[in-house]
Amino acid sequence: MSTPMNKLLIAVAAVAFLGVAPPAGAAEAPEVPEQDWSFSGMFGTFERGALRRGLQVYREVCASCHSLSLIAFRNLGDVGFSPDEIQAIAEEYEVEDGPDDEGEMFMRPAKASDRFVPPFANEQAARASNNGALPPDLSLMIKARKNGANYLYGLLIGYVEEAPEDVEMMEGMYYNKVFPGHQIAMAPPLFEEAVEYADGTEATLDQEAHDVVTFLAWAAQPELEERKRLGVKVLLFLIVLTAMLYAVKRKIWSDVH
Amino acid sequence: MANTVSTSPEHSGEGETRRDFLLIATSTVGVIGTALAVWPFIDSMNPAADTLALATTGVDISAIEDGQRITVVWRGKPVFIDHRTAAVIEAAESVPMEDLPDPEPDSARAEKPEWLVVVGVCTHLGCIPLGQKPSDPRGEFGGWFCPCHGSHYDTSGRIRKGPAPANLPVPPYEFVDDSTISIG
Amino acid sequence: MEAKTWKNPVIAWIDDRLPVFSMMQAELVDYPTPKNLNYWWNFGSLAGIVLVIMIATGIMLAMQYTAHVDYAFESVERIMRDVNYGWLLRYLHTNGGSMFFIVVYIHFFRGMYYGSYRAPRELLWIIGVFILLAMMATSFMGYVLPWGQMSFWGATVITNLFSAIPLVGEAIVTWLWGGFSVDNPTLNRFFALHYLLPFIIFALVFVHLWALHVKKSNNPLGIDVKGPQDTLPFTPYYTIKDTFGLGVFMIVYLAFVFFAPDFFGEPDNYIKANPMQTPPHIVPEWYFLPYYAILRAITFDIWFVSAKLIGVILMFASILILLFLPWLDRSPVRSAKFRPIYKQLFWVFFADCIILGVVGGNAPEGAWVPIGQAATFYYFAHFLIIIPLLGKFEKTRTPPTSISAAVTHGGIGTKVKEAAE
Repeated sequence: MSTPMNKLLIAVAAVAFLGVAPPAGAAEAPEVPEQDWSFSGMFGTFERGALRRGLQVYREVCASCHSLSLIAFRNLGDVGFSPDEIQAIAEEYEVEDGPDDEGEMFMRPAKASDRFVPPFANEQAARASNNGALPPDLSLMIKARKNGANYLYGLLIGYVEEAPEDVEMMEGMYYNKVFPGHQIAMAPPLFEEAVEYADGTEATLDQEAHDVVTFLAWAAQPELEERKRLGVKVLLFLIVLTAMLYAVKRKIWSDVH
Repeated sequence: MANTVSTSPEHSGEGETRRDFLLIATSTVGVIGTALAVWPFIDSMNPAADTLALATTGVDISAIEDGQRITVVWRGKPVFIDHRTAAVIEAAESVPMEDLPDPEPDSARAEKPEWLVVVGVCTHLGCIPLGQKPSDPRGEFGGWFCPCHGSHYDTSGRIRKGPAPANLPVPPYEFVDDSTISIG
Repeated sequence: MEAKTWKNPVIAWIDDRLPVFSMMQAELVDYPTPKNLNYWWNFGSLAGIVLVIMIATGIMLAMQYTAHVDYAFESVERIMRDVNYGWLLRYLHTNGGSMFFIVVYIHFFRGMYYGSYRAPRELLWIIGVFILLAMMATSFMGYVLPWGQMSFWGATVITNLFSAIPLVGEAIVTWLWGGFSVDNPTLNRFFALHYLLPFIIFALVFVHLWALHVKKSNNPLGIDVKGPQDTLPFTPYYTIKDTFGLGVFMIVYLAFVFFAPDFFGEPDNYIKANPMQTPPHIVPEWYFLPYYAILRAITFDIWFVSAKLIGVILMFASILILLFLPWLDRSPVRSAKFRPIYKQLFWVFFADCIILGVVGGNAPEGAWVPIGQAATFYYFAHFLIIIPLLGKFEKTRTPPTSISAAVTHGGIGTKVKEAAE
């Protein structure tokens, strides 16, 4: 039988064959270790403990160089932080407000509606403090890299003390197994006991990387849980409706066939 | 055979009722689904989370002198704050209820009598009444006067004369301390 | 057609003065449709519905979007994070764009397989090509609006195509940009046009349908309708079939929206546009990849014409050539069902388009360059050599005399039925 479907399969197979034999010369991205994430899959949710620990890692480690400009403190309410906790976190930051009645700008403690305060006033200041490199904003990092969560996890645990002998390291760069080109300006940010977890979890490098990636995955797609919950309901509804439509179609066409 | 297809009602029978039931059930499910799908479109026009989060305004009232009125912005609208003098409070409290188109005692409108907080939007068609600046006309009752269609409000922000149907609304607010009000 | 009398006096009153109800009755209910259409015929009405979904979600998004280089990226993220169901509307819109192209491309390939472009439906086909062109312009400009890295660099690269035009190229590019690089004026005009073009598409779709209803639908046998025994009224037969198809389509579409919303997207577009840094690997959206491969296929000058200009010309030609298809094909029959060689070569052509897409998605180096050149050559050869030659030399089989004959006598009719079920 040569139905169009069979032909389609043949065509696709031909292309797939072509696809698996990539021509030489294309620089392949390094392998990234696949991890099991609480937020993957159809019913995935962000593990709340990991989120809290990840926030702690971000605030105590990453935040000294990386901004998180799209996240407001109030957003933490979506993942189980109480208004008092949010208030307490916000008040640890100072934001500029004003002008006041005298026309002066002034500093005040942050409110829940304020965003996380960036570590540097502007790009130039950030570069000046980081040997000319610009630490990127982390709000969308997980979506802004291919296979984002696994990539970032691999990057965080992927530092190697001694670069392979055939690699000539540039001044101020660090060797990383996962980073494209392997030379990264960021010093290894995480290590054993880099933080002391509030919930008593042992702060291994692996645990820290896992937690901060979970936190950043939430920061990049805060709608994820609502999206998946709604998606399951919508698809179930559509499958039922479509089955009914098929039955009606069969019924109506029965006098033609 | 196929060219004798008929959809006329006399073609009815057992199969026909089953088809009708199926058609009605499917249409119902389809219509419900479509109706539900419209909601996200409508809801997207409601205030967004960031808009709602900014719905609280803090006001420092320590510098407002006796008899002075100031205007602050809350949810994009003007809010009038009037530091009322004893004489004004007295006048507002002594108005007989039967003189009011929208009866409301002054005590119900001001948490602390010396501070009146009202949304400065005329309840007629949304203009901003005059009376905040000392040079403004304040209408026949010493409160506010809306120039658009001539509504007069008294010193408690209550409608007394003109087309407006209701008193100037009192926004939700609380005294955080003696010198700060949080509106919203 | 005799005028129908309406029982409801209000409807009768309106219909007497403006016969909208008679028109709807004639075009949506009574419209005689070939009885043997298979499921490949669902994609036309699907495309129309996707257009409506795109316009509806697009209008809601436009209410929240800010077309300014300083705010565009943040305003899109505000839609994703703060606007009620903003993420749903945006993901419906971005994935809807991809779905629109999938549906329309299938619609095109169906037309090519069954010879729907052949006389007397040439104009119908040509309007369809113009709809495709308008869709491409719309989606290109829409992709710029989020002002991510791919938005910015895609806009830069594509607008720069026009610089290949001799003499006035540079002036045209400057005019397109409204400045000396892709910047705020560019973003603003792209937003204005992105909002305008869908309504032009809507008008074109209306004309497309009008032309369809004059000459009526083609069918898998590619033969003309001989009489009422060959057709069914559009309602209820094809309304229910289209609605069922819509249900299946929505399951696929929404599965992407809810569970893999960034599947068709590029990670780089979640990085805000940076005019000082080009991403290492710029690729257009998947539906432009074959044309992108054709654009890059020419790596050599021919006489005094630069490689750049030839690439640009070929890219536009790859779509415009479709306009001539009705006259390039001189075969005595329309449908590939009765064209044993064309039937095979159709799938070769389909595979060629996919190969061009794969080439377009890879960096132009190594073996991809000659593969892209060969695939580009074959693409044009299909239209300019293979189709005209087949029209002359292919031994076609004889189609049945009528649709109802084919259906009644089993054989092809049963096959049609199988394909439909």
